[in-house]
Amino acid sequence: MSITIPKVTSPLKKLSNPVPAWMARSREKWVSWVLVTIVIVYVGLLIVAPLGALTLGAFEQGVGAIFESFNQPFVLISFWNTLWISLVVVVVHAIFGTIVSWVFVRHRFPGRGLINGLIDMPFAVSPVVAGYMLLLLFGRNGLFGPLVEATGMRVAFAFPGMVLATLFVTMPFMIRELVPVLEAFDTRQEKAAATLGASSWQTFWRVTFPALRWGLIYGITLTFARALGEFGAVLVIGGAAQGSLMTTTLFIYHALEERQYIAAYSAALALGLFSLILVLGSDWLRSRKH
Amino acid sequence: MNLSTTIPSSDKKTRAPLPWGGWGVRSVALAYLAVMLIIPLLVILRDGTREGLAELWRQVTLPAAWHALQLTLWTAAVMTVINTIMGTLTAFVMVRYDFPGKRILNGIIDLPLAIPTLVTGVMLVILFGPQEALGAWLKEQFDFSILFAPPAIILALLFLTFPFVVRSVQPVLLELDRTQEHAAATLGAGGWTIFRRIIIPPLTLPIVTGALLSFARAIGEFGSIVIVAGNIPLVSQTAAVYVFGEVESENRLGASAMSIVMVAIAFSLMMFADYLRKRSRVGSSKELT
Repeated sequence: MSITIPKVTSPLKKLSNPVPAWMARSREKWVSWVLVTIVIVYVGLLIVAPLGALTLGAFEQGVGAIFESFNQPFVLISFWNTLWISLVVVVVHAIFGTIVSWVFVRHRFPGRGLINGLIDMPFAVSPVVAGYMLLLLFGRNGLFGPLVEATGMRVAFAFPGMVLATLFVTMPFMIRELVPVLEAFDTRQEKAAATLGASSWQTFWRVTFPALRWGLIYGITLTFARALGEFGAVLVIGGAAQGSLMTTTLFIYHALEERQYIAAYSAALALGLFSLILVLGSDWLRSRKH
Repeated sequence: MNLSTTIPSSDKKTRAPLPWGGWGVRSVALAYLAVMLIIPLLVILRDGTREGLAELWRQVTLPAAWHALQLTLWTAAVMTVINTIMGTLTAFVMVRYDFPGKRILNGIIDLPLAIPTLVTGVMLVILFGPQEALGAWLKEQFDFSILFAPPAIILALLFLTFPFVVRSVQPVLLELDRTQEHAAATLGAGGWTIFRRIIIPPLTLPIVTGALLSFARAIGEFGSIVIVAGNIPLVSQTAAVYVFGEVESENRLGASAMSIVMVAIAFSLMMFADYLRKRSRVGSSKELT
């Protein structure tokens, strides 16, 4: 039964460090610095340099030129259009995203796995294809064409189409934020509330909703940031949207085509900064909470 | 305060875990998904196949379309290889080493998710455009133009998809038990051997998932590519830009055919990534129901 240990230790020691400990450590350090440098240079060239180039490009002719370009007739209108379209999209997704996540986590029904895969589709489907789908539905010879004609409401080449396109593209964000929160939520709290006589509506508002709050906040910021920057789908469904029909991304695209570079660069900088502040702000909130 | 003191009915007690989770809510959710997702997807499928599958195939294999599809696939593949290597390395450096500016780097990694892709395109145009400093220098010294050519597409895709591999690998790497590495080091394994034999195997699944997501995302990219690569058929026109061109020139069949191919690729990649994620979760914890 007795196991002899002493013999094991000596070969182990011999194997463990072919180089002296200090040398191994310094080699390790050398490798670590090389790897860190590679990563920083890569990120610097790939992400930071373009950001810097945009800032420099916008300020090339001074701050005055930026303000002047914002004074063009349709710049401010395009900012406003982007803002309200995004707000509508956020509200719709906040309501329906919560319902879909709820059903998804709490209910079991056939086809659930397939729907789980489908929810992520807008993430991978090209925005151009998304816009084109809506055009096939609401366009001149579209499936819902007669319906559109009967009600007299223009969808394609108008704001409703742009809202629908943005809704499609931003679909997954809210749901993907809410589902894990709901999955982690302990249903015993709800059961306790129900046992104490709370109606289901009260239980939702007083017990479930507060737990969902943070998921909702992150979902809203992500949806909002994505909606602000949507371009491909809006370009296709909006057609050659001109003038007061433009969103900010459409304005940037047209400004580039017309070689109004300062206007395009400053609008791009403003749009980029706005989404950055949104996302970084929610990251900051998240880190403060944990 | 408003809680009534009456004893809850037995009906309520049994339904407690689903307070308002009846058929009503479920039908609202499914109707929303059907209207927003399923009907649009089916419409494009119907429109593209209305002249039969042979016609669909003919539309996709027209020279301009076929070139656009090939260009999309190979640029996405090159991007995926670079992104997978650099993403894994970045995640490794972020988890294992301490260095000044690490928090800033961590913030920068998420920037591509926040910046509109059209803005990304504008940035690259400013940096590499022929009239700008860097672009002019490259053109003069090496006769190498980045814009309106495949390198611009790859660069734009690298920018957009950078977070995917990093954020997929990072959490798994954080939770990796390091005793195995210590054991291997004690047994005399070198750093590279440890990395290859101990660290990489558990990371394979998150790396592949991240790579698949990057690839799927790259196939459909439009906003940045139309800016940096333009719309030159048989040169720099990708599949998404091709669809846009066909929609503009009212060639519905061509647009629908290419759309179907793109949706099919995206769908199978997402399904595969989803399957891998599920498998990894089952593998790591048994609590999954």
